[in-house]
Amino acid sequence: MTAPAVPAPTPATTGEMPRVRESSGRRNAELALLIFVMLLVLAYSATVEATALDTITGDFWVPVALVAGVFLGLHVVIRFLAPYADPAIVPAVALLNGLGVAFLRRIDLAFADANERADLPIFSGVGGRQLAWTLIAVVLAAGLLIIVRDHRAVSRYAYTLGLVGIILVMIPAVLPSQFSEINGAKLWIRVGGFQIQPGEFAKLALVSFFAYYLVRKREVLSLASRRFLGIDFPRGRDLGPVVAVWLLSLMVLVFEKDLGTALLYFGMFVVILYVATERVSWLIIGLLLFFGGAVLAYVLGASVGGPFANFYQRAEIWMDPFAKPYDDGYQMVQSLLGLGTGGLFGAGPGGGQPNKIPLVVSDFVFAGLGEEIGLFGLSALLVVYLLIAERGLRAGLAVRDSFGKLVAGGLAFTLGLQVFVIVGGVTGLIPLTGQTTPFLSAGGSSLMANWLIIAMLLRISDAAGRPVTGAPGGRAGAAGGGPRHSCMVPRRR
Amino acid sequence: MPEFVLTVARFGFLVLLWIFVFTVVGVIRRDLFAGAKSSRLVAAPRGVGASTGPSRPAKVKRGRAAHQLVVTAGQLAGTRITLGEAQITIGRAEDSTLVITDDYASARHARLVPRAGQWFIEDLGSTNGTYLDRAKVTGPTPVPLGVPIRIGRTSLELRP
Repeated sequence: MTAPAVPAPTPATTGEMPRVRESSGRRNAELALLIFVMLLVLAYSATVEATALDTITGDFWVPVALVAGVFLGLHVVIRFLAPYADPAIVPAVALLNGLGVAFLRRIDLAFADANERADLPIFSGVGGRQLAWTLIAVVLAAGLLIIVRDHRAVSRYAYTLGLVGIILVMIPAVLPSQFSEINGAKLWIRVGGFQIQPGEFAKLALVSFFAYYLVRKREVLSLASRRFLGIDFPRGRDLGPVVAVWLLSLMVLVFEKDLGTALLYFGMFVVILYVATERVSWLIIGLLLFFGGAVLAYVLGASVGGPFANFYQRAEIWMDPFAKPYDDGYQMVQSLLGLGTGGLFGAGPGGGQPNKIPLVVSDFVFAGLGEEIGLFGLSALLVVYLLIAERGLRAGLAVRDSFGKLVAGGLAFTLGLQVFVIVGGVTGLIPLTGQTTPFLSAGGSSLMANWLIIAMLLRISDAAGRPVTGAPGGRAGAAGGGPRHSCMVPRRR
Repeated sequence: MPEFVLTVARFGFLVLLWIFVFTVVGVIRRDLFAGAKSSRLVAAPRGVGASTGPSRPAKVKRGRAAHQLVVTAGQLAGTRITLGEAQITIGRAEDSTLVITDDYASARHARLVPRAGQWFIEDLGSTNGTYLDRAKVTGPTPVPLGVPIRIGRTSLELRP
């Protein structure tokens, strides 16, 4: 390194002012949006009670106040620990989560006896559990922000995380059915009355591992290729990891009987690969492999049955839900009827009959909501999901290191893909698979895992928006031996 | 509850939901359209920036100080760095401020240093050299707004 010819400037204290104002402007916008969101959820809860109970009970505001309190706590943590983070992410997620809690409470009202409705305890039923899980999940997200001060530090544990991710995915597959199977999908670990879905947590771990692996391999994957039919195809030996993940996701499909999760893992990997190499050929190969696998599973399900039978059955329902409306197709038919009853503007919060739809608290939450807020409301929720994914991708574009780019891109895309898979399934666009609708569905695992993903996106967007200060390398977390392990720079070998 | 109140609440909620969506879009609008806006802003200086020389900083107006460093070409295209008071080091080394994964870049390739409101680019003895537009950078050279700095296959620009 040559000696500096230009003397380093003396830090000017006046230069601090605009930057401070910029970050606090973002946080104030976030706070204002959060307050707006909480008023919106409050209005929803009031409307539900006015419609379903014909009166507004004295403590309808308590669940909303509880989630509002924990969201404001998260906001304060962000204000101190991630001041440059994106202001739109937390309010958007808070809207979905708050509406989810209020809607699940509304479902409890529908199932409760007529004389007990007015004084339903706050932490009772599905809505009450969701409320408790929300409080825990947001605290976890704040904890991640507190522990991980620099997202690049995560890449130090990439191989550990990869191993943990694969183990989490595999546990339900190898467990005996009575410990792992609910509604035909082996996605769970059930101990006593307690159940978790380990695959939800695997997403964050696997994305971190894929990102780290591809940052190191991107050059060989993007440079060495053969041109065939106008598309650059990678060399056979470079396909190894992709084929491995494809096999893994097919095994998930076969042993855990879940097309959605398989599609999620595979899509996640292919898209991170595409982001890392800028090669469209990966997307084409990925789509071909996935559709090939799905068609193969369908054909095998029709002829052999066994582990493929579940997928075959779901594909049959998808092709004609009304073929057996009281049997196999019952869920789908009720979902479609619910959406149809809702029409353009819905029956109004509290005005529908979501209890007619099976699994309305988990898989079919979108159909239940659709009956009450209609296409008009559902499209608003979809736009909110779109905004969250867009903010994640934007954070990936703006952040300065490759690992952060791949992690943010992968997480944001995975969130979007999951919404597509479940909403597509509920509306009959693709075969239905048992995914949760992020932040809306009942379920602690899904809620906690998705909040952790959001915390990671916040951390990366903070790094992206932070002005460059001090020594090269930036933040304190990267100092010392840190950067050596994070290895952002692929070298030619 | 009277029917009228329920109807108002029902549609009011939907309207509020969409107002929220548009408010969020309003908050992030600056970001959403940032690319289009800034490319319009730099269109003028790019044309004049062909020749370099020590006389250039005199032409830079005080009001148009650089606030962002934008990568316009290469693997990191689209990356923005908000400029502060500190120098920016560019290279493949992990501790660089801007880590570029470019085969034609050196580990410690170049750096941008601010002095009296003007940013200077300085080559740190790189193998393939640093170019300000078409001219090779030999000593610390002032960088006008919108003029591309080329390092390997990567291009960077200062923007207001």
